[in-house]
Amino acid sequence: MNAPTPHTVHAAQGKPAAGQPIAFVSAEALRERVHAAVNDDHLRSSFRGAMDFLMAKRAAQFPDESELVSLRSLSEAIRQYSLSKLPDLLEQLEANLTRNGVHVHWAETPDEANAIMLDIARRHQAKLIVKGKSMVSEEIEFNHAMEAAGIGALESDMGEYIVQLAGEKPSHIIMPAIHKTKEQIATLFAEKVPGVDYTDNVDALIQIGRQVLREKFEQAEIGLSGVNFAVAETGTLCLVENEGNGRMCTTVPKVHIAITGIEKVVEKLEHVAPLYSILTRSATGQAVSTYFNLISGPRKADEKDGPQEVHLVLLDNGRSQAYADEQLRKTLQCIRCGACMNHCPVYTRIGGHAYGTTYPGPIGKIVSPHMMGLEQTHLLPTLSTLCGACGEVCPVKIPIPELLVRLRGEAQSAPHANPAMVGQGAGYKPLVSFAWRMWARIYAQPGAYKAFSWLASRFRVFSPSRQSGWTVARTPLKPAPKRLRDMVRERH
Amino acid sequence: MSARDRILAKLRANAPQSPLPVPTSQLDAHYAARKRQESTLDRLARFRTGIESFHADVHVTLEESWPELLARLCAEKGVSSLLYGAATPAGERLDAAAFAAGGTTLRPWAGQVEDIKADLFHKVDAGFTQARGAIAETGTLILWPSPAEPRTLSLVPPIHFVLLDAATIHPTFFDALRAENWAGGLPTNALLISGPSKTADIQQTLAYGAHGPKELIVLVTTREGATQ
Ligand code: SF4
Repeated sequence: MNAPTPHTVHAAQGKPAAGQPIAFVSAEALRERVHAAVNDDHLRSSFRGAMDFLMAKRAAQFPDESELVSLRSLSEAIRQYSLSKLPDLLEQLEANLTRNGVHVHWAETPDEANAIMLDIARRHQAKLIVKGKSMVSEEIEFNHAMEAAGIGALESDMGEYIVQLAGEKPSHIIMPAIHKTKEQIATLFAEKVPGVDYTDNVDALIQIGRQVLREKFEQAEIGLSGVNFAVAETGTLCLVENEGNGRMCTTVPKVHIAITGIEKVVEKLEHVAPLYSILTRSATGQAVSTYFNLISGPRKADEKDGPQEVHLVLLDNGRSQAYADEQLRKTLQCIRCGACMNHCPVYTRIGGHAYGTTYPGPIGKIVSPHMMGLEQTHLLPTLSTLCGACGEVCPVKIPIPELLVRLRGEAQSAPHANPAMVGQGAGYKPLVSFAWRMWARIYAQPGAYKAFSWLASRFRVFSPSRQSGWTVARTPLKPAPKRLRDMVRERH
Repeated sequence: MSARDRILAKLRANAPQSPLPVPTSQLDAHYAARKRQESTLDRLARFRTGIESFHADVHVTLEESWPELLARLCAEKGVSSLLYGAATPAGERLDAAAFAAGGTTLRPWAGQVEDIKADLFHKVDAGFTQARGAIAETGTLILWPSPAEPRTLSLVPPIHFVLLDAATIHPTFFDALRAENWAGGLPTNALLISGPSKTADIQQTLAYGAHGPKELIVLVTTREGATQ
């Protein structure tokens, strides 16, 4: 595949990836990637198996339909309530975090966010940053920004570590290495981790990762994490995880930097309880995660451990654009559980890398256009069958199909002043638009329609044998030799 | 204008005129409808089923006999060094001689983490802490680390022993934080823990001991002891 790679990528220990480029790709390249992914039998069967597994596990977590109904509408209400007060809550969060001794920073763009964190790293003369799982740090290409400045950024979530070692990007927001088999990981470890022999025993592989990473937790000057929920009333950052690497990153190094999108704030601590419950169950079908961290500040004078400095970076990156429109604002309700991708028939068949965006699947299709503009992403909302599965499983009831239709409209309609989105009209083609307008006009007038259908059936031999995308996999469309109205007339 | 002011201005310009109503009544209704009438022992049983399903070991004992049980478990597991907070009511009850008989050296936490980091990562076999409470619904321990019981005690050593009083088990997370008014004052780091560290990142195969403890052993004290 010859898709262009806008950024050159150097993972900590890896070369740029072979195969799929790992940064964002153009609309044209997207078609090729999808085509290649659909024709990759191995990839299709591994994703199919993994998604079937996750769907079954989620279903088993909600045996009581009435509880699910109640919990979903409660979670939706909490998210919508929080968003309705977003600017106030962000200020309250900032005030309470500051009171707790946490430094709060604001960034409008990925570059600003990286500059803030680079500055912190330089002040501490950091050589190594260990990272917990953070999709926002993927969104801003944090690792590359640090490496360009000569600072190592090492992923410590096992899945992320594997993906980084391979020089790739996560293919799923919850299970980053889901596209890889244990044999592929075994080969990767044997090649890349010094002194390791090939083993495809999963326990042994995890222990290899544990050993490598424990050393790094001990050495790193800075730990970076994401945030699942930020609580305004207490100034608390909540972190959901299973491995304990999140705890390591936020506890052992002397500095902890957390980064999150501005939408993750909730007002009250008690609002977190239902959201956390529906998050883990929707994501991996777990009743609860192994660890739930509530971080409310750096080490106090009498405490013996914990970071001496805690920072929070609040990132906009297109979120305020989504916020401005009442319908698009619903995008920000997302709690990043990944259930929509697990249930998406398109994601299941092409996997996460084909999208070429940080967030793949249904959530990626509604959130990426805000982050990158519609010029680059106008084809993304078309990667959907609109079957509705994503909207049906979404724990906070984001009407994803409705938003996809809206984004398709924003991309295809004629450019106008005051668009709701950057890149509005990116997919607009005057000729196509003209053809549809004519079509609509002919269909609206019985006389014109009659004449048109008469002509079409008479001159059917002239219908082209190649009809754009249609004939790639189908026989060409030809008008019938006789119109329905003629056939009806003959009968009577 | 700073990034902060620009972001807030953009949001303010488009925020709804009046925010939506507070979802408190919906929150209360959701949990009230699912309240159970259950005894402490029933709650303990639910907690136990939950946390055991996450691969933790649970031992039920009496308040007076847990130190002895802990010493025995350490001996059985071949723990040669047990790190703990000495200045806690539970810590004060640990008797070095009883542990030494089983081959375990008691090591009270001393100094800052920086002073003992290397030992913590490479020499300590197990950490001992107390739980503030637990959650029956999910099989979850609640830990509030403190100056006397630092955060890394429950994180770095390969085995984590936890002491839990059955009377402090709440039905749900929501009940726990409401009943104890967590919002009124949280520690710098509070934790919910459900089992030893784990991952399913390699081909969805579950493996324990990813980064944190490989084993989680809970000693639950009840007034009735192990009568169930
Ligand atoms: S859109 Fe809904 S289902 Fe998808 S990740 Fe977000 S919360 Fe989960």
